Amino acid sequence: MLNLSLQQQGDALRAKKISSVELTRLYLDRIATHNPVLNAYVTVEANKSLAQARAADAMLANGSAQALTGIPIAQKDIFCAHGWRTTCGSKMLDNFIAPYDAHVISQFNAAGAVNLGKTNMDEFAMGSSNETSYFGPVRNPWDIKAVPGGSSGGAASAVAARLCAAATGTDTGGSIRQPAALCGITGIKPTYGTVSRYGMIAFASSLDQAGPMARSAEDCALMLNVMTGHDPRDSTSLVRDKEDYMRELNKPLAGLRIGLPREFFAEGLSQDVAACVQAAVAEYQKLGATVVDISLPNAKLAVPVYYVLAPAEASSNLSRFDGVRYGYRAPDYTDLTDMYEKTRAQGFGAEVKRRIMIGTYVLSHGYYDAYYLQAQKIRRLIAQDFVEAFKQCDVIMGPTSPSTAFNLGEKGDDPVQMYLSDIYTIAVNLAGLPGMSIPCGTGANALPVGLQIIGDYFKEAQMLGVAHQYQLATDWHSRAPQGL
Amino acid sequence: MKWEIVIGLEVHTQLSTHTKIFSGASTAFGAEPNTQADAVSIALPGVLPVLNQGAVERAIKFGLAVGAHIAPRSVFARKNYFYPDLPKGYQISQMDLPVVGQGALTIQVEPLSGPSTGSGLKPYEKTVRIIRAHLEEDAGKSVHGATQNLTGIDLNRAGTPLLEIVSEPDMRSAAEAVAYAKALHTVVRWIGICDGNMQEGSFRCDVNVSVRRPGEPLGTRREIKNLNSFKFMQQAIDFEVQWQIDTLESGGKIQQATILFNPDTGETRSMRSKEDAHDYRYFPDPDLLPLDITPAMIEAVRATLPELPQAKRERYTHEFGLSAYDAASLTSSREMAEFFDASVTMVGAANAKLAANWLIGEVSAQLNRDGLDIAKCPISAAQFGGMLARIADGTISNSGAKEVFRALWSEGGTADAIIDAKGLKQVSDSGAIEQIVADVMAANADKVAEYRSGKDKLFGFFVGAAMKASQGKANPAQLNEVLKQKLAG
Repeated sequence: MLNLSLQQQGDALRAKKISSVELTRLYLDRIATHNPVLNAYVTVEANKSLAQARAADAMLANGSAQALTGIPIAQKDIFCAHGWRTTCGSKMLDNFIAPYDAHVISQFNAAGAVNLGKTNMDEFAMGSSNETSYFGPVRNPWDIKAVPGGSSGGAASAVAARLCAAATGTDTGGSIRQPAALCGITGIKPTYGTVSRYGMIAFASSLDQAGPMARSAEDCALMLNVMTGHDPRDSTSLVRDKEDYMRELNKPLAGLRIGLPREFFAEGLSQDVAACVQAAVAEYQKLGATVVDISLPNAKLAVPVYYVLAPAEASSNLSRFDGVRYGYRAPDYTDLTDMYEKTRAQGFGAEVKRRIMIGTYVLSHGYYDAYYLQAQKIRRLIAQDFVEAFKQCDVIMGPTSPSTAFNLGEKGDDPVQMYLSDIYTIAVNLAGLPGMSIPCGTGANALPVGLQIIGDYFKEAQMLGVAHQYQLATDWHSRAPQGL
Repeated sequence: MKWEIVIGLEVHTQLSTHTKIFSGASTAFGAEPNTQADAVSIALPGVLPVLNQGAVERAIKFGLAVGAHIAPRSVFARKNYFYPDLPKGYQISQMDLPVVGQGALTIQVEPLSGPSTGSGLKPYEKTVRIIRAHLEEDAGKSVHGATQNLTGIDLNRAGTPLLEIVSEPDMRSAAEAVAYAKALHTVVRWIGICDGNMQEGSFRCDVNVSVRRPGEPLGTRREIKNLNSFKFMQQAIDFEVQWQIDTLESGGKIQQATILFNPDTGETRSMRSKEDAHDYRYFPDPDLLPLDITPAMIEAVRATLPELPQAKRERYTHEFGLSAYDAASLTSSREMAEFFDASVTMVGAANAKLAANWLIGEVSAQLNRDGLDIAKCPISAAQFGGMLARIADGTISNSGAKEVFRALWSEGGTADAIIDAKGLKQVSDSGAIEQIVADVMAANADKVAEYRSGKDKLFGFFVGAAMKASQGKANPAQLNEVLKQKLAG
C-alpha cells in the first residue's frame, strides 16, 4: 500500500479495499516508529487527521470522492492550517495556532485529502539542509548521518521514508527541488503565481512558490491539480483557466529539444552527480529527444543576486514577528525597545538573523542603489537569458544540486558553501519559471542524485510529461531507502 | 530686514471607503477596540494585501479635481519601521511613483491677525501647487494608560485608506496655509472622497515651516505634525514662525526636526531631530502588483465628478456678476453651492445677486445662531426660492421678506401662504400710492412749502409719513418715485 501511486491509493479507497481511516493509521503508525529518528514532522495530531479521514470515508461512501479524497498528505509547517500549530520551523511561532487556512490547505480540504501533520523545515524556509529548524534537524532516510536538504527537508524525508503519501513544499531558491534531489523523490515548483501564497508564511514574496513533493511525476501532477487555481486573496496569483496537469503525461518525447546549459556542467559539480545527469540525458536521447548546447551567461550571478533580494524582502516580511500580537515574547524586558530586541534575539535563530541583517543593510539609505536596485537589474538579465534559451529548446536539464546529500554539520560553519548548494536552482526562482527535480541515479556514496528539469512559463504539464516518460523507462523514482 | 515665511503642507485625508485599503474589514469610526481588526489588520503570518479599488477611484477623483496628472502606473512601497500599532512592521505607501502627480488648487486668502499674517488685509486669490498625492494605509492606535503599566493597541484604524496630499512650499503666511487647508478640506468633501471630520482624524495636517530673508535660498524647515483644527494650525504656525525668527535673530541655527503643537500652551516642541530620523528602507512591495490605471478608468471617474468649486466660482462671477468674495462664500461647501444653484433656478439669473445676499446674510446668520450646517437648513431651497420670487416681483418689501423668512424658518409652509396670512403684500397699485401721497401732502402743506423752497432733507420725512400711512405696505421704490414727482410740483 505504501508504495502505490496516489492514483492507485485513490482507486483502492474508492474500491473500498482500504478505508481512509485505515490508510491514515498506517501512516500514523509509521510516523510513530520512524519520526523519532527522522524528525520529519514537527506536529502530528492523530485525532485531527483521523477526523478528516472519517469525513473522507463518508465522501467515499456517498460517491462524492475526488482524486485525492482520503489520501494522507503531509503539509509543510509554513502553511497556516486552522486549529493546527503552525511554527514555520521557528521558536518565534512555537506557540502559534493558526486561526485560518492557507489557500493550499483549503484546496486539499475541499478535495477531501487528510492532513497527516506538519513537516519540519528550515526556520522560515531559510536553509538548504534543514539544520536551521528550531525543532532540530531532519535526517535523510537514505543515510541518517546525512541532511535531507532544505528548506522542505521534512517533506522530502517523509515522502522518501513513506511517512506520507505525498507532501507539500515551498521553493524560494530551490527548497522543493534540492531536498527532492537529496532524498530521491520528485518535486515541482510551478511558475510563480500558479499556486496562491495566501496563508503561506512569507520568506521572500517575489520568489516564494508552493508545489508538490511526491514519489513520481504522475503523483505531482495529481497534487498540482488540487493546489493550483486563481485566488483573489493573493494579488500575485495569476488569473488563468484551471488546467489538468495529467494531460501530457503520456505524450511521446520524439522531437523534444533538451537544452543543456554549459554553465551547469562546469567547475563545482561533483563527478558522480555529473555522471548520473549525463546518463539521464542519454536515456532521454534513447526516448527520442535531441540535445542542444545552450548558455545562461548570467546564471553565475544568480546566487549573489538572490542573497541580496531574498534577504531584503525577508527583513521586511519578518518584521511582524515583534512579540506584540502573537508568537514568542521575551519574558523579561524593561521597555518597548528592550522587548523588541530580546524577543527577536531570542525568537529567531542565527541564519534568520543573518539574513535579516543582510536584508536590512541592502535596503539602507546609501546602499539601496548599489545592492537592491542593481540586483533587480541583474534579475531581469537572468530572466532574459532563459527567454533566449527557450528559443532553442523545449526544456532545460541539468543537475539539481552540485552534490549528493552532505552530512549533518558538514557545512554548518560556512554559509556561503551552504548557499552554493542551490547554485542551479536559484536562477529559476529569479526568473519565475517552473522547475522540477526527479531522481536519476545514485552517487558514489549510494545517495540519490536529482535531475533538474526547467520549463518555459506555464509548461508544467509538458515538464511532468517529460519526467513521467523517463520514470516509465527507469525505476530510480520507485527505489526506497533501505532499513526502514 | 523682513523675514519671509515659507510653508508647505502634507495632508492625510481618510478616504470614505467602507472597507480598508487592503482588506475587507470595516473602516467605521468609534467601534470597540479591535472589533474591526481582521487577519490582515492584525498582520497574521501568511496574510496578503488586496487593493481596494474604491480607494483608487477616490484618488483618481482627487487628481482630476486638482487638474493633476494621473499616473498610468504607480507602485506601492513598504515603509519599514517598528511600532506596536504598526502590525506588519511596515506601512504600505507609495514612494517613487505616486498615483497622483502635479496639480494645483486656487485658494481665497482671508488675512488673519497675528505675527505671520500676510501682506495687506484685503482677501485675495492665490494658486498653490500640489506636488503629488499618494495612497497609503493608516496605522492603528496606541492607547497609553489603558491599564496600569501597559499600553493598549487598537488596530481598528490599521489599514484605513489614506490619500496623502503634498503641496509645494508655496504658502507665505499662516493665513495662506489655513486658506489652503480649508480649500483642500472643501474639495475632498465636495467630491465625496473624505468626510472631512477633523475630530475623528479624517483630515490631518502636517505643516512644514521655515523662514528666510527674501530672495535667499529656503531656510531649514521644521515639521509640525498632526494638526487637526484650522485654529491650532494658525496658532502653531504663528508660534513656530516667531520661535524661528527669534532663534535666528539671536544668532542661533534651526535644526531640521519634527515637532508637536500643544494646544494647551500654544507652543511647539521638538519630537525628534533629523539625527533620530528613521531610515525607512523603502522598497517596492512584492505582494502587490504595480497599480495600472487606464484612460478608460480615468474617464469613468471623470464622469462622476460634480462641478468643482473653482468652476462654480468662475460661473458665479462671470454669469451672475457676483463679487469674488460672494462666490467664495457660496462655494464654501457643495451643499451651500447646490442650495444657491437651486434657488437661482427658481428665480432666474437676474436675481442671483438677491439670492446670494440672502444666503450669505440672513440665512448664514440664522444657521450660525442655531449651530446648523446648510445641509440641515430647516428651509428648503424651494421654500427659499419661493420667498425670493416674491421679493423680486415686488410683492413683499425687504422688511416683509424678513418676516416671511422668520416664519418659514420656525413654522415652515410657503412664502405665499405666509404673505397672505400675515397681510404682508405691499401696495404697488400706483393709484393707491398716489392717493396716499396726496393725503400726506395735504396734511403737511407747510412742509411741502419748505421742501419746495429748497429744504431737500424733508424728503425723508415724507417717505416716513407715507409709509406709515400705508401701514408699511407701500412699495418703497414706487413710493419714492411718486413722492419725488408730486413734491416737485
